[in-house]
Amino acid sequence: MIDETPLLSVDAAGHRYGDRFGCRDVSFDLWPGEVLAVVGESGSGKSTLLGMLSQRLSADEGRISYLTTSENGPEGAQDTVHALLDLATLSEREVRRLWRTEWGFVHQNAADGLRMHVSAGGNVGEPLMANGWRHYGSIRAEAEAWLGRVEIPAERIDDSPSTFSGGMRQRVQIARNLVFGPRLVFMDEPTSGLDVSVQARLLDLIRSLVTELGLAVVIVTHDLAVARLISHRTLVMKDGAVVESGLTDRVLDDPQAAYTQLLVSSILQG
Amino acid sequence: MSLSTSPRIVYNEGYLDEQTKRVVRRALLKGIAIPGFQVPFASREVPMPRGWGTGGVQVTASIIGDEDTLKVIDQGADDTTNAVSIRQFFERVAGTASTTRTDEATIIQTRHRIPETPLGEQQIIVYQVPIPEPLRFLEPRETETRRMHALEEYGLMYVKLYEDIARYGHIAKTYDYPVLVHGRYVMAPSPTPSFDNPKMHQNPALQLFGAGREKRIYAVPPYTDVVSLGFDDFPFEPQTFEQSCEICGSRGVYLDEVITDDSGGAMFVCSDTDHCERTAATAQLDQDAEHHDTEMNA
Amino acid sequence: MIHNESHDLPTDAVLSVIDVAKTFTLHLQESQRLPVLRGLTFDVARGTCVVLGGESGAGKSTVMKMIYGSYGTDSGRILLSHHSEVLDLAAAQPRQVLAARRDTVGYVSQFLRAVPRVPALDVVAEPLVERGVDRPEARDRAGALLARLSIPERLWKLPPATFSGGEQQRVNVARGFIIDRPLLLLDEPTASLDARNRAVVIDLIRESLGRGSGMLAIFHDADVREAVADAVVDVQAFTPAREEVAA
Repeated sequence: MIDETPLLSVDAAGHRYGDRFGCRDVSFDLWPGEVLAVVGESGSGKSTLLGMLSQRLSADEGRISYLTTSENGPEGAQDTVHALLDLATLSEREVRRLWRTEWGFVHQNAADGLRMHVSAGGNVGEPLMANGWRHYGSIRAEAEAWLGRVEIPAERIDDSPSTFSGGMRQRVQIARNLVFGPRLVFMDEPTSGLDVSVQARLLDLIRSLVTELGLAVVIVTHDLAVARLISHRTLVMKDGAVVESGLTDRVLDDPQAAYTQLLVSSILQG
Repeated sequence: MSLSTSPRIVYNEGYLDEQTKRVVRRALLKGIAIPGFQVPFASREVPMPRGWGTGGVQVTASIIGDEDTLKVIDQGADDTTNAVSIRQFFERVAGTASTTRTDEATIIQTRHRIPETPLGEQQIIVYQVPIPEPLRFLEPRETETRRMHALEEYGLMYVKLYEDIARYGHIAKTYDYPVLVHGRYVMAPSPTPSFDNPKMHQNPALQLFGAGREKRIYAVPPYTDVVSLGFDDFPFEPQTFEQSCEICGSRGVYLDEVITDDSGGAMFVCSDTDHCERTAATAQLDQDAEHHDTEMNA
Repeated sequence: MIHNESHDLPTDAVLSVIDVAKTFTLHLQESQRLPVLRGLTFDVARGTCVVLGGESGAGKSTVMKMIYGSYGTDSGRILLSHHSEVLDLAAAQPRQVLAARRDTVGYVSQFLRAVPRVPALDVVAEPLVERGVDRPEARDRAGALLARLSIPERLWKLPPATFSGGEQQRVNVARGFIIDRPLLLLDEPTASLDARNRAVVIDLIRESLGRGSGMLAIFHDADVREAVADAVVDVQAFTPAREEVAA
């Protein structure tokens, strides 16, 4: 039964800015291991949607449910309890617990998602320390391992991200967001502003981590190539509404909506 | 109209009006009920500028009475300008007796040190606090630090300790070293040296903290657990001194380094002047007694 | 939702296409409608290779893509024997199509869409690793298949994006045939290959058919077609009259 329940379930959700809806009537389900791309241009409502899903903005209509895991029992591992939460009912404490244990958020601008004056190791170690890790050696070893996984040279562990390139900063951000083993990761244009080769490398890394860790990901992007490379399913948004959704290759190869056809045909061909 | 008599200025007992004292006492009661929790209070103007101990003064003013005996120290010394002026201030407005002897005081107001002499159950120590928020330099937003305390999210504090160890090989903070009070709130003990932190743990005296400029009061009730933060493999270690005091010979006390000449010569002496005087006096008495005995037996 | 459609899927068929229609609507060209297929109906039986025939542009690739899920279907059903159930790919949820692609339907085209930075050997070994085979053993089997397709060993550790068209196609073929899937879709798998390698592909097809896989294929090369086709479906028989209807 648990396999049948989606990890994240969005039902006709929308967020209002005063009189105007930033996004409206959005519905989809997401299962572990799936990457969902939300594609649209500026003003499409994709960032509003991401904000609403991640609880930074309220869901003014509709409902968003999340299947949380808490481990009970003295040994921890075997007694896993799943509970379906209506996110609107959560207290701030519960939301913050989700952010520490089950959710990650990769910002477009790494400086928003990192402490720029703290070392790379400290940035990656912080979620562990927030979750009660109290052994310096273990924290450092785990941070080192994760920096290695995102291909940051080990000798940079004590350097602050302000000395890193944009691509490296994003990789530190990814490590920081994965170190505590989340199940759902939100990404807001994680590769925009980066050089093309850097983008490719970063997307490749994200893709392999998603497969390896069985993560569910919601990634907002304006770049269809990013959606194609990394996502299984795509939502296309325009003016706050979802105009098309489905398998990514179907949406991009056989677009049905006029707007999607326009987007696809607008991709610059080299 | 003759102005033969100069106008008399009358102060309320303790300088502050009674309503203000009630405000402060309520804040103190709340602080005692929630050890280590920073209670906001309506900090008043007192006749010294902010940054000179106004928080400590307001706390003392609200608890002092004519049966109290007040000791005031600044960096351990009774005779520095600020300690003297605060003591004289209370002598004037509260009519209390004052003392330099730790064991004779009922209230001890202090800036940046805890006396060497152990305190007792009938004593209150009032700390002057500049920045009450232990997380302030890591997280500048008050909104965020309040949430962190409320939700017991202290990971950031450990990030700071981690950074010290990564950079220096050990935790570098030697004063205002953060502590966990009663297993719940992380607290700034005020800029006392980390050497003094162990004294706060399970202390029989009532410990009160006042930050006037920041408008916060907090407290540690008697016999409360106060544990300095650290990692399992890098636990808190207070400073130690190899030297002993050159005046009284005490070991295991906090020492000040006093530069004695222009070529950098220095001597180490007790920071706690009362302790130093009494130890030296006792040593002298012992010496005199020995000398006397020797003479008697000669 | 998986319908219980077993009565429409013949017992020996792995795939049954029933009355499928497809029309492209080009919104950017004043909503011009291009009907491509109507009433498309055929089966693929296990262990057989069905070839799609017809002129270029008749819609053969469209048929493949509809079955694989890259194109939508306007009406009709595409029944697939998936695990022990019958799945209608035309109506399936994206999640179900992904599951079908993972376990049941393979796709070999002349264009390799490979994950960047992964060595050719691992691209080919991946389907085995996903099924729990030890990576060293998976790599051995992948290497054997690449060798059979004349990909020199020095290329095995390089990412195929830098290979020639023919080399990429052979990596594609290797990846498609490394495991047996109940249904394999082959879209011009020999287009850039020489006679020797075409013969290898024919062998691979026959071996896989012998083990019970069903195949649907588009072959440009007559000799390959003649060597393996068990049936031909002429797609042009299902082309509707071209009408241009303005929106």
